[in-house]
Amino acid sequence: MQPTSRAALRSALSVAIAVSAYGLSFGALSVAAGLDVWQTCVLSLLMFSGGSQFALIGLVASGGLSAAPAAIVASTLLGVRNTLYAIRMSPIIGPGFAKRVAAGWITIDESTAVATAQPDLPSQRLGFWVTGIGIFIGWNLTTLAGALLGNLLGDVRQYGLDAAAAAAFLGLLWPRLSQLQPVVVAVAAAVVAVVVTPWVPPGVPIIAAAVVAVVVGLTNWLGRREVVA
Amino acid sequence: MSLWTLVIVAAIIVLALKLAGYLVPPALFEKPGPARVSTLLTVALLAALVAVNTVTTGQQIVLDARLPAIALACALFALRVPFIVVLIAAALCAALLRMAGLGV
Repeated sequence: MQPTSRAALRSALSVAIAVSAYGLSFGALSVAAGLDVWQTCVLSLLMFSGGSQFALIGLVASGGLSAAPAAIVASTLLGVRNTLYAIRMSPIIGPGFAKRVAAGWITIDESTAVATAQPDLPSQRLGFWVTGIGIFIGWNLTTLAGALLGNLLGDVRQYGLDAAAAAAFLGLLWPRLSQLQPVVVAVAAAVVAVVVTPWVPPGVPIIAAAVVAVVVGLTNWLGRREVVA
Repeated sequence: MSLWTLVIVAAIIVLALKLAGYLVPPALFEKPGPARVSTLLTVALLAALVAVNTVTTGQQIVLDARLPAIALACALFALRVPFIVVLIAAALCAALLRMAGLGV
């Protein structure tokens, strides 16, 4: 095996193991939010995108079924970035219908990040497939374990699981705060969401916060001038 | 809408978004505008979810044990502590404060 392929394999496996660990928290928080074990597992199998999954259960936890439309909008908006990842991965994956569907299924933050960090095409492919399939297996197994565990816990506030849910979103957000523009957007979005909460139905504050991103993104306020890679 | 409908509909949309990326002509999304909006959208939604899950309950603003727990999580993420450890620390922090009768 080439040294570049070995390096790709190593980073793919370490990312897959680290990410799979937090399927446990997703499973436990999902049943705490009111979904059953099967619904929780279907989300991890079919949706398979951490941010969208946490958003959906977060909104169900705060607003129940009345937040369902907002939950769909929020998970969809968080899923849009996967489309961009897919476009970037498309030439790397190559032709073949079944192969492209399988690749699409596992196109997420981590598989794209590991693949695009590799120096040549064979190691990019290897990094993508090993990361994606590794996380798919690990994430679904730990989701099931977490959901079964969550079912045994009972009152989740007693264990601070509501705080863990907020911390999970913070953990997904943290690596994205490397420049001024995203930091400003994050702070503004948080303020907007909290301020409108008493006045609008559950779930809508999250959508209101999305408007901040659209306005700043389209005007490129505080952004760099060069083209985004 | 039932919980099952919500789960299935949302999951299919998110899956379709991924598959769509392998079908659409790349030129559509490669312009900097849409790419930037998509990146910032993720940031804004996650930040709003942090805020709403920390200081609101239903439609009320509620300051309780979650706030110090998130402050702790912030400090730990800044120190590059692994995700799962931070989550456990945040949960423990809130649980202990509540056990002590503080910031229910």
